[in-house]
Amino acid sequence: MKIVIMGCGRVGAALAGMLDAEGHNVTILDLDAYSFRRLPAGFKGKGLIGNGIDEDALKKAGIEQADAFFALTQGDNRNILAAQIAKHSFNVKRVICRIYDPLRHELYEGLGLESISPTVIMAEILKKKLEG
Amino acid sequence: MYIIIVGGGRVGYYLTKALLEEGHEILVIEKNQAYCDIINEELGSVCVRGDGCEVTTLTEVGTARANMLIAVTGDDGDNLVACQVAKHKFNVPRTVARIRNPRNEALFEKLGVDITISSTNVLLEKIADVVPTHPVTHLHEIRDKGLEIVEVRIPAGAASVGKAVKDISLPAGTILSLIIRKAQKPIPPTPNTTIQAEDQVVAVIDPKAEAEVRKALRGMN
Repeated sequence: MKIVIMGCGRVGAALAGMLDAEGHNVTILDLDAYSFRRLPAGFKGKGLIGNGIDEDALKKAGIEQADAFFALTQGDNRNILAAQIAKHSFNVKRVICRIYDPLRHELYEGLGLESISPTVIMAEILKKKLEG
Repeated sequence: MYIIIVGGGRVGYYLTKALLEEGHEILVIEKNQAYCDIINEELGSVCVRGDGCEVTTLTEVGTARANMLIAVTGDDGDNLVACQVAKHKFNVPRTVARIRNPRNEALFEKLGVDITISSTNVLLEKIADVVPTHPVTHLHEIRDKGLEIVEVRIPAGAASVGKAVKDISLPAGTILSLIIRKAQKPIPPTPNTTIQAEDQVVAVIDPKAEAEVRKALRGMN
């Protein structure tokens, strides 16, 4: 699969490494070249400096041929915008977006944007830990 | 009208000032305390500190009864989300977003933002309009009716010069409403008015037909 990831933070870099190891064609976008240091040794994909809310940068990353797009920057709104560009302007089949704010997450899920709220998931895991 | 403005920077400040003067009920949501203080001191206490994309903040300020939400932060993503939350969560009838990247215009409209204003496009058009050779000046857009009011300058040698209005083939729906002629009072044209070189013609057009209008009025022999 051809996969484009926006945001090369810890999660983005780890995901890129995992997908790359499984043989997928991965391109990861970040505004800061220094963030690509997080990519694992032997990463065969492409690290590209660029803004995922900019259509030209997305095209350069190969969004037109992508089967999946992940929006994983620190900014909820930036992720929401990029995910909607990928979904509605480039018709990417699978678009997944990280939204920290649980209320915003709920709203966009309702609007049909596949998203994950690490806040809710983390809180649930912690609670389960306590309950043993 | 109860209008919520998201973003209290320069655009938000002057927009708030203008709308308050028109007698509207205004509430501004701004993240930065210093900007909040300026607005509250200078325009009256109309500014709340908070994130205008957050459901809790929007609930607090009574977004459910707002007639309109205008998002004018400097970030396209923030403006989009504020409008989408307002529209889909609070059913605000009219949402307006300022956009930086002109390419987001079509996308935002598809995603439920009622009106987008691209500051970049507005600026580019204004600058183009002051260039004396610029053929068509956009005076006003009536977007919900799909109409635009433009001013077309007729160059010497245009095929329309010397022709009566009724003999110029214009796209359907075009209305020539005014002719401004040097050293004369503006004339509302009749079908028999003859176009002259250097005329400034004010017309109501369908924006999609702008190229055709331009060709009909400014096309050379």
